Amino acid sequence: MSTSNISRRNFLRAAGLTGTALFVGLYFSSNAEEAKLATADSAMASDIEMNAWIHIDTNGKVTIFSHRAEMGQGAYQSVPQIVAEELEVNLKDINIRFAQGNREKYGNQVTGGSSTIRGSYKNLLKLGASARVMLISAAAAKWSVPTSECYAQSGHVLHRPSGKKFHYGELVEAASKLEAPKDIVLKNRSDYKLIGKPLARLDTPLKTNGVAVFGLDFKLPGMLYAVVERNPRLRGKLKSFDASAALKVPGVKKVFKIQTGVFQTFRDGVAVVADSTWAAIQGRKALTIEWDDTGFDHVNTADIYKKQNELINNEEGLSARKQGDPDSILSAATQKLDVVYETPYQSHSAMEPLNCVAFYQADKLEIWGPIQAPEWVQDYICAQFKLPKEKVIVNMTFLGGGFGRKAFMDYPHEACLISKETGTPVQVVWTREDDMTQGPYRAGITYRCQGAIQDGQISALKFRMAGQNIGHWQGAPKDKPNRSTTEGFLAPYYKSIQHISFSDIPFETPIPNVWWRSVYASTNGFAFESLLNEMAHLAKKDPLDFRRAYLREEREQKLIDKLEEVSGWKSKKNGDGFGVAITECFSTTVGQIVKVSRKADGKIRIDQVWAVVDCGWYVNPDIIHAQVEGSVLMALGAATTHQITFKDGLVEQRNFYNYPMPRINDMPLLEVHIMENDANAGGVGEPGLPPFAPALTAAIFDLTGKRIRKLPFDMSNI
Amino acid sequence: MITITVNGKQHQVDADPNMPLLWVIRDVIGLTGTKYGCGVAQCGACVVHLNGDAVRSCVTKLSRAAGQQVITIEGLSENNNHPAQVAWNEENVPQCGYCHSGQIMSAAVLLKENSNPSDADIDSAMAGNICRCGTYQRIRKAIHLAAELQRKEAASK
Repeated sequence: MSTSNISRRNFLRAAGLTGTALFVGLYFSSNAEEAKLATADSAMASDIEMNAWIHIDTNGKVTIFSHRAEMGQGAYQSVPQIVAEELEVNLKDINIRFAQGNREKYGNQVTGGSSTIRGSYKNLLKLGASARVMLISAAAAKWSVPTSECYAQSGHVLHRPSGKKFHYGELVEAASKLEAPKDIVLKNRSDYKLIGKPLARLDTPLKTNGVAVFGLDFKLPGMLYAVVERNPRLRGKLKSFDASAALKVPGVKKVFKIQTGVFQTFRDGVAVVADSTWAAIQGRKALTIEWDDTGFDHVNTADIYKKQNELINNEEGLSARKQGDPDSILSAATQKLDVVYETPYQSHSAMEPLNCVAFYQADKLEIWGPIQAPEWVQDYICAQFKLPKEKVIVNMTFLGGGFGRKAFMDYPHEACLISKETGTPVQVVWTREDDMTQGPYRAGITYRCQGAIQDGQISALKFRMAGQNIGHWQGAPKDKPNRSTTEGFLAPYYKSIQHISFSDIPFETPIPNVWWRSVYASTNGFAFESLLNEMAHLAKKDPLDFRRAYLREEREQKLIDKLEEVSGWKSKKNGDGFGVAITECFSTTVGQIVKVSRKADGKIRIDQVWAVVDCGWYVNPDIIHAQVEGSVLMALGAATTHQITFKDGLVEQRNFYNYPMPRINDMPLLEVHIMENDANAGGVGEPGLPPFAPALTAAIFDLTGKRIRKLPFDMSNI
Repeated sequence: MITITVNGKQHQVDADPNMPLLWVIRDVIGLTGTKYGCGVAQCGACVVHLNGDAVRSCVTKLSRAAGQQVITIEGLSENNNHPAQVAWNEENVPQCGYCHSGQIMSAAVLLKENSNPSDADIDSAMAGNICRCGTYQRIRKAIHLAAELQRKEAASK
């Protein structure tokens, strides 16, 4: 593989962090192939351009700047694993540092859309290889030998005929004066020493002895702690507050009103600042507040779903995609289905509740926190405080989970507002109750799904969704359908089924929404794949063979074969319930088979889950396994337990006692398989989630004959 | 002033006796390995050892720890080498990592009391610790491995 599209003007050489060093940054413009990938993506991964940095000092110490957040998904490991491969250094000899938020320097830093690897791996490979080529050239010049006689290995350049060698540190000064190489030959995949190997994560040791610094762990000298009493109802305003009792609580320093941005709206709150988190919490309890929420719509969950059901039964909605004429086929068909699926609102509930440190000073405003989108935070804070970019510095810590919620600006905004008022460094801490009751949430959506069968074949599919559109909160036009209406649906179906339509029926509430792991695929996938399973039953076909007939591309055929082989699908015994679902998410296809049975206590349990992942080119199979394990567990909670409900505008769930997380004894036995091919890299952090719920409900149907069309459902009562 | 011993070091703490040990450890003493997750003894992210027992520091008042021995994740071993820590690294357990201080502190007490825990023993001892990233399969494997390492260590003494 030869590439020659590195732009020399962006190839920077500089005195590095500590004196002389090779400090390499490459800025790649998107090539056509990557631009095509981006079009297929959701809003979060729209910009493929990136810029990564390698720093090598004169002692040979290599530092790689990670431009993306580490929230459990393994970017901290996989980004350096790619760079180190082409740079020819050992992973244990590398320093990793999180880059600060800076769009001009690093391009898109939003850690979302499962985009870290798929959006940047080709550039990361070239980055590592370019630095290696420069180091080899520098060594060859020093020895006055041809570069062809030299090679790089373990942080050294060696001269093959003589056995002479330099470590990289001895070469950086000379290398830093060289021009960027124009043609770079990348390794063949079969020659990889690091990529494709299940190497141990470099952040693991930091996470077993308390050393890793998460947002909540970041402290500055003189830092104060703040909690905020926010209006418990969406969009309610602050009428008045009495802080006198709060100010008598030992440790409480200051109490004042703040208004935090939530998209285009503002959330009123009263901030209590103290010398410890606990004192701030006690002060908050002593507040007397009068809220004014007259004139605002106090939403109720029952009304939301009633309205969604009315809409899907009476409206066609905005067409998102249509081929053929499914309406005519459906009306003429004798064998057909017309079913409704319901999915709930979800809280992200990362284990680390929201928090952020800010220090607002005369000449700069600096932020440290568990942040998924540092450059979005930078843009937003600059706009809110009318500051130029060079005065707003955004630092990422480790994230104790993110799942989309930490790609939002409200909690950094709060920290900045409070620090501006106190003049000190401040950490704002959301309690678990704040984290669960304030949103934004994944939207709950109702789907109406229709399908026709003719001569045992699918002749038409029609999907309608009614649910909130994240895009509306960000200014997307309301006369256009949700851009994620088809997210989760497998492209090969468009070739094999002639008549298909998707539409989005606009639906709004005052409940703010942000992305939740796998975004709309997390709910669409349940509707699409549940309908497929119901249609297979109607056509009296095996659900796996049924899919095989429509997913005719080689990759999908192999994935289905693998699912069948590993799960023992064909050797099902009496008393086993098997279910399957296959979805696409962020350019990766995942198929899952769930096996259930009824136990002696009369309850249905999951015996095993098999997941087959086709993500194309990949870095670290162990991280892929881990991400599927996490996705399945999150999907289990969302399918069987979790629902955020609203009553008179208040969220009814407050903490893990009424939004209970699956525990160790709930984790199903799970086996993950990765397909081997050379296709472009797909995402890994999210695609394992969408197929789980429809595979589970299909398995329950297989065992009991009972269709479950509404999530969440109670596994203990079927 | 209340005296507590954390990881073998005595601290004179000037704080409300009702302040949960969690916030004393994090905000007053400045050891941040012990995590806040729920504040109501539901998630186990804040587990520390009080005189050798696993307690939820978010609901344990400072006054209860007065004059007692507290061990946090930072004090569990000299060099990240408690059998549970070694096994956690060997099995690549953490993802985001936030809950694992508490997970490891709970596992350490289990391993002290049961040198060869079964899956059921592990489930019952670890059911109080939530992991949102889904590392439970690996936690189970790691505890089995830690038990094995611990038995080997004991046999070689």
